[in-house]
Amino acid sequence: MSIEFKQITTIAQKEFWDRIRNRWVLAVTAIFIFFALVIAYFGASQEGVVGFSSIELTIASLVSLAIYLVPLIALILGYDAIVGERERGSLDLLLALPVTRLELLLGKYLGLSTALTFSIVTGFGLVGLFLSYQINLGALGHYAGFMVSTILMGMAFLSLSFLISVFATNKTIASGTAIALWFFYVLVYDLILLGVLVVTEGQLGGDFFPFLLLLNPADIFRILNIFSLEQVKTLYGLATVFPESLANPWLLSGSILFWIVAPLGVAYWKFK
Amino acid sequence: MKENIIKVRQVTKRYGDILAVDSANLSIQKGEIFSLIGHNGAGKSTLFKIMLGLLQPGSGEIGIQGKAVNGKQFRQVRRHIGYLPENVVFYDHLSGLETLRFLGSLKGADLGTCEALLDKAGLLKAAHRPVRGYSKGMRQRLGFAQALLGKPEILFLDEPTTGLDPAGIREFYQSLNELKQQGMTIILSSHNLAQIQEKVDRIALMKLGSILTVGTVQELREQLDLPLQFQVALHPSAENSLRRALAEFPDCETHIDGNMVSISCSREQKMALLTTLATTEGIEDIHIQEPSLEDLFLGYVDESTSSQQPAVQN
Repeated sequence: MSIEFKQITTIAQKEFWDRIRNRWVLAVTAIFIFFALVIAYFGASQEGVVGFSSIELTIASLVSLAIYLVPLIALILGYDAIVGERERGSLDLLLALPVTRLELLLGKYLGLSTALTFSIVTGFGLVGLFLSYQINLGALGHYAGFMVSTILMGMAFLSLSFLISVFATNKTIASGTAIALWFFYVLVYDLILLGVLVVTEGQLGGDFFPFLLLLNPADIFRILNIFSLEQVKTLYGLATVFPESLANPWLLSGSILFWIVAPLGVAYWKFK
Repeated sequence: MKENIIKVRQVTKRYGDILAVDSANLSIQKGEIFSLIGHNGAGKSTLFKIMLGLLQPGSGEIGIQGKAVNGKQFRQVRRHIGYLPENVVFYDHLSGLETLRFLGSLKGADLGTCEALLDKAGLLKAAHRPVRGYSKGMRQRLGFAQALLGKPEILFLDEPTTGLDPAGIREFYQSLNELKQQGMTIILSSHNLAQIQEKVDRIALMKLGSILTVGTVQELREQLDLPLQFQVALHPSAENSLRRALAEFPDCETHIDGNMVSISCSREQKMALLTTLATTEGIEDIHIQEPSLEDLFLGYVDESTSSQQPAVQN
C-alpha cells in the first residue's frame, strides 16, 4: 500500500501543536532547564566543590540526569498514542478516512518525537548557551553529541511506548507497562547484569557480556556519551571494563537506530 | 434498474464463539436511503464497520462503487465516503472548526467548505469554541458535518439521531432528504423504528448477526401480512348494530372499550370491512392503522425465533 507523506505530516502537525497548546512542551522544557542547571551547578559536589566545573564533568552529570528523565518522559508521552484513541472512540473516525494505519502510526510518532526533540533542544540548548563561556569548540562538539544522543534515546523510548500503546487493551495497562519498562531499563537492567557478574565471579558471559548492554537503549546512550569523553572515561574507570569494540560509534548508533525502528515496526505489524 | 453502489456478499464475522455477522448479503442502490435496523447487539455496527473496511470480515466480499473497500484504490473509495460513528467522539481541546479542518485535510476536502458545513449544522457561533463545551446534540451535529466533508457520494450514519432533540431530529431528516435529492446514497442504522419508518426507502432487518429480510416498509408489510388495526368511534346506542355487522367477519378480533372499538383484521378483508362499517349506523369515525415498522420488526423477530426453535413435540 502506498504512503502519502501529506497524511503523515497532517497527523504529525496536530500531535505537535497539541503538545504546544497543552503546554506539555513548555513544562518538559522547564523541567530540563531546571534539572540541568541544578545538576551542572551541584554535579561536582561529590568531589567537595560546587559551581560550574569542566564541561566534561557537566556533560557526565547531564548524562546521568537524562538517563532517568528522558526515557520516563518519552514513555509517558507515547503510551496512549494509539490505545488512547481507541479507548476514546476516535480511532474509527480516523481510520475511515483515506489514511493507512502506517501513516497514522508514523504521523503520531513524527509529531510526538518532534515535540520531544523540541523540548530537548530548547531545554538543554539554553543550558548549553548558559555554559557557553567555558565551552571551547571541542567541548561544543561533545555537548552537541550529548544532545543528539539524548534525542535518539528519547526516540527509542518513544518507539517502545508506541509498542506498548498498540498491544495494550486499555490505558491503565499501557501506563502500568510503560512505568514497569522504565523501571526495568533504567533501574533494574544494569543491576541484574552486575549481579550476574558478581554472583558468577565473572565466569558467565565472558566477552559477550558487555554486548548485552546494547539490549538497553539507556545503556547505549550512556556508553555513547562516556566513550566520547576522555576525562569521564578515566573518572568512571570504564575503559577497563568495556572492550574497545563496543566503543565503535557505528555499532552504537546502529544499535540505537535499531531501538527506534524495531519497536515501531513490531507496533505496525500488530496495529495492521 | 438502478446501479448497485454497495455490494455485500456472504460476509461473516466471528468474535470467538459469537457470530457477529452471519453470511450477510446486501445490494444497496445508488441514491437510496437504506436503513439497517435491529436491537442493540444485532450486528448493525459490526456490519457497518466491515462495509467501511474498519474491520476485516472472516469471509465474504465488500464492493463499493465496484472497488474493494480495502484494496489498492482504498483512498479513492474513502474519499467518496462520509462516516458518522455511533457515539462519535472528537478531540475535546480542538474547536469545531479545527476539528473539521483536521479531518478535512486528511480526507483531501476543500477546507474552504468547513465554515459552510458548520453553518448548515447550526454550529457557526460555536465554531471557535473547544468541543469539550459542546452538548451531546452539538457533538452529534458536528459529527454529521464532518461526515459531509469532501462532498461524499455515500454516507454511513450509525445511530445518527442519538442525542438530538425532536427539532434536531426533524432537521436531520430534512437534510437527509436534501442530500438524497442531490444523488447521495445514505445508509443508516437505527433501533428507533418509529422515527425512520416513513423516511427511508428500504430497510434490512437484522437479528443476532443475520439479515432477516430486506425491502421497503410496504413490501415487508405484505410479506408478513400482519393484521390492520381499525379504530372506530361509536355512538353509545350503536353497539348492537356494530356487533351484528361484525358477525360477517368472524376472523376479526374486536375489543370494545366504551365508545371506542378496536378491530384487528387481515389485509384481505380491509375493503369489505370498511364498506360494512361505512354503512353501519352509529359509526362516527374510522381510523385505519397499518402495522408499524416496530410491529413488522417484532413480527419478523418472532417468526425467526420460532423457526429457530427445535421442533420437539411431546
